Amino acid sequence: MDTTLDKSIVNIDEMVLNMGPQHPSTHGVLRLKIHTDGEVVSKIEPIIGYLHRCFEKHCENLSYEQIVPFTDRCDYLASMHMDHAYSIAVEKLLDIELPERVEYIRVIIAELQRIASHLVAIGTFGLDVGAITPFTWTIRDRERVLDLFEALCGARLLYNYIWPGGVSHDLSPKFIQRTQEFLEYFETQIFEYNELLTGNKIFIERTADVGVMPADVAVNFGVTGPSLRGSGVNYDLRKTQPYSIYDKFDFNVPVGEGTMGTVGDSWDRYWVRMVEMEESIKIIRQAMASLPDGDVHAAMQKKIRPAKGDVYSRYESARGDVGIYIQSNGKNVPLRLKMRSPAFCNLSVLGEIGEGWMISDVITILGSLDIVLGEIDR
Amino acid sequence: MDVNKIFESISTIEGIVLNSEANVIMVPSASLLAVADKFKNDIDLNFDFLMCVTALDNGDSENFTIAYNFHSNKHNHSVELRVVVVDGEGVPSLASIWKTADWHEREAYDLMGIKFIGHPELKRILLPEDWEGFPLRKNYKVADYYHGVPIPKDKSYWE
Amino acid sequence: MTSIVKSIIASFQAFPIDPFLLAVLAILIPGVIIFLIMAVNALIAVYFERKVSAFMQDRLGPMEVGLFGFKGGKKFWGGIGQTFADAIKLLSKEDIIPQDADKFLMIMAPFIIFTGAFLTFVGLPMSDSLVISNFNIGIFYIIAMSSVGVIGIILAGWSSNNKWSLYGAMRAAAQMISYEIPIALSLILVVLVSGHLDIHGIVQWQADNRWFILHSPFASLGFVIYFISVVAETNRTPFDIPEAESELVAGWMTEYSGFRWALFFLSEYANMLIVAFVASIVFLGGWLSPFQLIDLPFIDIFPESWLVLDGTVFGIFWLFIKAVILIFCMMWFRWTFPRLRVDQLMYVCWKIFIPFALANVILVSIWELIF
Repeated sequence: MDTTLDKSIVNIDEMVLNMGPQHPSTHGVLRLKIHTDGEVVSKIEPIIGYLHRCFEKHCENLSYEQIVPFTDRCDYLASMHMDHAYSIAVEKLLDIELPERVEYIRVIIAELQRIASHLVAIGTFGLDVGAITPFTWTIRDRERVLDLFEALCGARLLYNYIWPGGVSHDLSPKFIQRTQEFLEYFETQIFEYNELLTGNKIFIERTADVGVMPADVAVNFGVTGPSLRGSGVNYDLRKTQPYSIYDKFDFNVPVGEGTMGTVGDSWDRYWVRMVEMEESIKIIRQAMASLPDGDVHAAMQKKIRPAKGDVYSRYESARGDVGIYIQSNGKNVPLRLKMRSPAFCNLSVLGEIGEGWMISDVITILGSLDIVLGEIDR
Repeated sequence: MDVNKIFESISTIEGIVLNSEANVIMVPSASLLAVADKFKNDIDLNFDFLMCVTALDNGDSENFTIAYNFHSNKHNHSVELRVVVVDGEGVPSLASIWKTADWHEREAYDLMGIKFIGHPELKRILLPEDWEGFPLRKNYKVADYYHGVPIPKDKSYWE
Repeated sequence: MTSIVKSIIASFQAFPIDPFLLAVLAILIPGVIIFLIMAVNALIAVYFERKVSAFMQDRLGPMEVGLFGFKGGKKFWGGIGQTFADAIKLLSKEDIIPQDADKFLMIMAPFIIFTGAFLTFVGLPMSDSLVISNFNIGIFYIIAMSSVGVIGIILAGWSSNNKWSLYGAMRAAAQMISYEIPIALSLILVVLVSGHLDIHGIVQWQADNRWFILHSPFASLGFVIYFISVVAETNRTPFDIPEAESELVAGWMTEYSGFRWALFFLSEYANMLIVAFVASIVFLGGWLSPFQLIDLPFIDIFPESWLVLDGTVFGIFWLFIKAVILIFCMMWFRWTFPRLRVDQLMYVCWKIFIPFALANVILVSIWELIF
């Protein structure tokens, strides 16, 4: 009997693993086709689209005001950022000045949202490397931000709060007081996260030097946000191309320095998010201290009908650079709306930096990129 | 650098036109690769980020515009290029120069049906492989059935 | 030395009874006792684990399910019936066997794992003279029986015909076989010093001298190595790579459901209890009262009258207290640490624990020779 194995029929070198769409740590319905040799991954193919809701097609049939609830649902962990990004694009198209108070409120809300979003990122990253308690702690504190938002506009996840030309509700003095209380509480919590997770030896072993993303690779793939800054590139639209009123505030842009390993490893990406939360606290404090009075609905138009033209506006969300391209033909419905989703580009780099690592590391790297499938698939 | 200066520095390339009204540079698809090469490698331009590739239907689903938004992290300037193509004609792919273009061009192909010549793996990305038609085209008609399942088209199905 | 099997035989010999029936009774009664211990242990330990994790994660844990109308308070006793409800749910769940699975092996695997845990209890004393059957090679028997489980795990992973299960099984095989070496080497220390393989002999030696963990610095190190290794052996975080929820879905248990999965669960918590018992018996003086046995020559802090807190009944209490503290530590690890990677896990075992454990064997022997 011929016992030799016909290699053209049976591939004994590689096993193809289907990670997802139902998998505990693909952060949604992402499917990764992983070619493995034992534990070592030789090729990763992200397959996306399971959450595709035809956002861009919908926008072509909705008036500008009606689109806001849809942008909410793109990045459902940072809905305020998506609304803000879209509103800025429409305002750029309309060419209107906003009342000072609206800008301040938007900055406060956006930074609170950044804290909430980074908390989820940090918590789920802990979950990905096997630490469960940090997740419950961060979710507990995110809950407080959501409580603030609930007090602000009644919604906890999909706010529909920032509208083109203004915001839906004004801030109450009680909200400012509660925010201040939250910030005071939250500063101590950051210390606790560091005690529990950041400095943990096992955590460092699992994340430092893992999934190193060199700066040129990151830039070439269009990676933005904390993931890019983790690679040591000082690129934050709030600093480099200040929109809204970010140029009025004093804050730092943390970049990865390779404290625990190489610049651009998973630990750096995690650490950048951790420090960014502290910077967000600074911004919120400054904004609340100088919050001007005014009518938040003053600049809002009854019917949004921009002139004919195109606009591409950019916004620094919790995940990176959100680009909104709107093509208007002068009607109350955009002719075409394209969203450049940051997580879409951030995910595309996974195939490049994830190769050659073990299955466990692929999970770590994916977690450190902090993707949200709602935004990738749109 | 603003768009005029950027245009000046690449003005030797054949066929490019500055649309000063919209502040964009119109590029014929034949010279796109030359412009891209200049954008990437010229020290004064140094566009390391390709932010976004947007496919736009010009209204009749015959002509399409592809808008490329570039950004330079070093010089902190941005520019938008536009390429107009006729349906069926290809545009050279930029995926070999900016890896961002890989997935964005796949998306443009998937939803708008624009062919990118030289793309390493031009296939659908958001929609299923066997989807018919390109949904973002203005003349897109929803098919009646998908895998034998009727596709609901009016509210009576869900209300 | 007496044991439960012996006393059953002795008490039934008074009646005119068929020897065959006697043998059946002598097997059946201890079997039921062990099963009850395992079942009750799982019920309590799962509840305990949930409440401990809830405490560490700043939440309440199960709060809704009462027990016979007893709803419990706002804190610890709330949801006391949760694990009973869970057990009923698991037993009434559909038993799914995938179409392409190796059905015979898939059905067998949970029972093999369960048998491994079950048989270990036979040689494990609960207190002075409270043991199912008294071996003179008790510690050896326990080491041998606790490694039966890995066969079941490999079978479970292989027969499920699922890639995640296969990965889990391969990881489990590598991990559990590796970590048996430092475990055995740490247990050898006490055998070397006391000269007994018999568990009663080991505890008697500790009663005559002192708790083994206080024997020498090397014995204390042996305890540390033993305890960390058994956490790995029982597949708990930070060494839970075979099930690695976030990586391998549920590892080798992915395709199991219902009763078979419940058996895995039962065995896991039984194994926790076993390793905690063994650690308490070998290193922490077993059923001996702590008041009596912190017997340092120059310290005599406890009054003589406290020594009466010893004996069979108090022995159960002390042994369980020690075991529960150790189990709490294992839960504490689980809810604090992230998970190690496969290669890091193997690194810890082969390059740190085994060399240290080997050196320990020599150093403890030298210590014993000198002092």
